[in-house]
Amino acid sequence: MLAPSSNPPMPTFAAEACSLSIEGFSLAYGGKPALRDLTLQIPRHRVTAFIGPSGCGKSTLLRAINRLHDLNESARAEGRIALEGRDIHDPKLDVSELRRRVGMVFQTPNPFPMSIYENVAFGLRLQKRLPKRQRDDRIEWALSAAALWDEVKDRLHRSAWQLSGGQQQRLVIARTLAVEPEVLLLDEPASALDPISTLKIEELIRNLKSQLTLILVTHNMQQAARVSDYTAFLQQGALVEYGSTDQVFTNPRLQRTEDYITGRLS
Amino acid sequence: MDITSDTHSQHISRQFNQELEELKTHLMAMGGLVEKQVQDAVIALLEGDSRLAEKVRDNDRQVNDLQLQIDDECTRVLARRQPAASDLRLVLAVIRATSDLERIGDEASKIARNALTLSESTSTVRGLVEVRHISEHVRKMLRDALTAFARFDTELAMQVVREDESVDDEYGSAMRSLMTFMMEDSRAISSVLSIMWVLRALERVGDHANNLAEYVVYLVKGLDIRHSDPAKLSDQVLKKS
Repeated sequence: MLAPSSNPPMPTFAAEACSLSIEGFSLAYGGKPALRDLTLQIPRHRVTAFIGPSGCGKSTLLRAINRLHDLNESARAEGRIALEGRDIHDPKLDVSELRRRVGMVFQTPNPFPMSIYENVAFGLRLQKRLPKRQRDDRIEWALSAAALWDEVKDRLHRSAWQLSGGQQQRLVIARTLAVEPEVLLLDEPASALDPISTLKIEELIRNLKSQLTLILVTHNMQQAARVSDYTAFLQQGALVEYGSTDQVFTNPRLQRTEDYITGRLS
Repeated sequence: MDITSDTHSQHISRQFNQELEELKTHLMAMGGLVEKQVQDAVIALLEGDSRLAEKVRDNDRQVNDLQLQIDDECTRVLARRQPAASDLRLVLAVIRATSDLERIGDEASKIARNALTLSESTSTVRGLVEVRHISEHVRKMLRDALTAFARFDTELAMQVVREDESVDDEYGSAMRSLMTFMMEDSRAISSVLSIMWVLRALERVGDHANNLAEYVVYLVKGLDIRHSDPAKLSDQVLKKS
């Protein structure tokens, strides 16, 4: 018998407990549809990748989970996105509380023009007053969880802008983690980084999934294959195929998916 | 999702199309050479042609070289292209297939070696009828497995998988009659043993042809049917998806 692998086979797709449930969700900007009637479940404590060509709606969907489309007055949403069973469009739901529970990291690292310490403390201070000791502990925890603590512990009060691109991206992740989100949305988090920093981010994503649900939008097919447990392929705002990453990358069900992931004209 | 034989020529990168096309062409060339090796080895044995047997043994090096070359090409494609889906299955099927073809080459060599031994034997060689019969059967299996590979034909591949069982039966009954020859005439033991080795080699060729056919199913359907019962498989494999 072979020793059990460190990454045991996934339970069946339907058996996973879901953190987010997207049901018949559509989104249009100024009457122009961007997302069409999407229905999918995002399993808890797993990495789900959204892949698809530019303009397919994968980033739009990611942003919708955080209700970032609220900022655009011409946006019209239909259908339902539920976080742990509760509709995120519920008027009684506080949007800033939603955005605490659902953190987001963008393509370009965007640390604030302040010290490393203050960057991580920023969200915490907005959220609640913590005694300094507890706040320090939380900051150390967040920086460690983002695999950055060892690299910055001796220069916490230096400007965040002195960090490399990869470190800045991990700092942004630490800032998001500090407020203890349940879901982390990552929009091309490594596309501006060198290969080593990219691998560090990918390793971080793997480690974080024991604590939270991650959704990754990426153009890099190999990255989706490397880090995600599930892959959703979108095209022209619609969900084409959704399944375990192993299945999608070795034996996709649909020709359109096969054509996209293998780089064929379709 | 089923794929067809031109699935691998539709990439945006023409260079990639060409690399995958070359893998298939080289595998087919290796298959052709190995098929010829088995045929020549059997002819050498049946006709007592020691020169042909020597040629088979010399040609085995070419088979080995082709295995190394194709494996090398597969490694390059994996490293440079990180293939996925049917492209990945093609590369894996080719790697596995070269290993089986190389082993078939080794079996042909063994047959040739026994042909040389038998060509020096003074007594009448018994069991040649069985050799002829089983060799025709396994050569057809090998030919069909290679054709199935070239055409991505799972129906033909499943036929090969089913054939393997009847070759095993024929091998069993041939062994029993050879055993009787040995009991009847102890002077024939050494030549009968050689024939037994030849039959064993042919039966192994059938097993490798069966493996090749299984890789075709994996390649086209994404189904790994190794270690499965062929009787239960047909419906699942032949179903269009």
